[in-house]
Amino acid sequence: MAVGEVMRMEIPAGGDMSVTSPELHVLAVDDSIVDRKVIERLLRISACKVTTVESGARALQYLGLDGDKGASGLKDLKVNLIVTDYSMPGLTGYDLLKKIKESSVFREIPVVIMSSENILPRIEQCLREGAEDFLLKPVKLADVKRIKELIMRNEAEDCKTLSHSNKRKFAEYIDDASSPSPSSSSTHDESAAKDFPSSKRMKSEDEKFSSLL
Amino acid sequence: MQRQVALIKQSLFDQGYLDEQFIELEELQDDANPNFVEEVATLYFKDSARLISNIEQALERGSFDFNRLDNYMHQFKGSSTSIGASKVKTECTMFREYCRVGNAEGFLTIPYLRRVQMFEDFQATEERARNVEKEA
Repeated sequence: MAVGEVMRMEIPAGGDMSVTSPELHVLAVDDSIVDRKVIERLLRISACKVTTVESGARALQYLGLDGDKGASGLKDLKVNLIVTDYSMPGLTGYDLLKKIKESSVFREIPVVIMSSENILPRIEQCLREGAEDFLLKPVKLADVKRIKELIMRNEAEDCKTLSHSNKRKFAEYIDDASSPSPSSSSTHDESAAKDFPSSKRMKSEDEKFSSLL
Repeated sequence: MQRQVALIKQSLFDQGYLDEQFIELEELQDDANPNFVEEVATLYFKDSARLISNIEQALERGSFDFNRLDNYMHQFKGSSTSIGASKVKTECTMFREYCRVGNAEGFLTIPYLRRVQMFEDFQATEERARNVEKEA
């Protein structure tokens, strides 16, 4: 895949990103008012829409995951990325991460954890639970830019795989091939920025297709 | 005047009141958002006043809830780190060590001085930063 191809990727309807000016909507969660101010600025400079909340509970409420039947998070401004502090009273960032990954509706949203403490078991625990990345505070602009690029690249990868998947399905249909469901893994992640193993969830191609509808 | 401001700011860095994180914040400021640093500083001072008040109350009570104190210090250290208030951050770290050890004795003597030192550093930084911003 050439570098230029990422920018030409068509984002299908359902997400609020357009090809010409892709804007991620980021939900930032932090109990510190100072840190919320800083992360909001970092994200805005990086051309992201930002919503900040002060707790994991409020984050779940915003997403519609707080017990209300039929999470309506997809109806309003779709959240493309969640960035959360680890140490918070009540629900920690890790608790929030788990709840999101347990949700069939929201588990595809990438979650990034921030922490002022460089504790390796903590980092490993978060990555194992499916966190996209782990940022050490104070978060710098370079960190945010890197995360954004990673997310955008992954979204583009999903679309590219989707288009490949469609072509293949069509070809199989035409050729009267046997199994319509190819196995997962394969084309998913060739991102060089991935330092940590198995932090990406492997999605089946069918799942990818239906989640983008 | 500009030179005076520059000198004061430089001395804040030289004396270790501020570190490179403060510069990172300054770089997030632009013509469209010219008051960003001042806004963050204002939030920081308000939040710190609240935390210091809580900490002092907790210490005055006599029976030390180390977990609670550690929690306040963690918050204070966090926001100090984010704004680049280096000296305060250092004092918080030392304070937390005493909390961790649960060293009531050590806690009562030296940390008291540390606490005062911290508060003085904090007020000094606050005042100087306010002056810097006013003249900027």
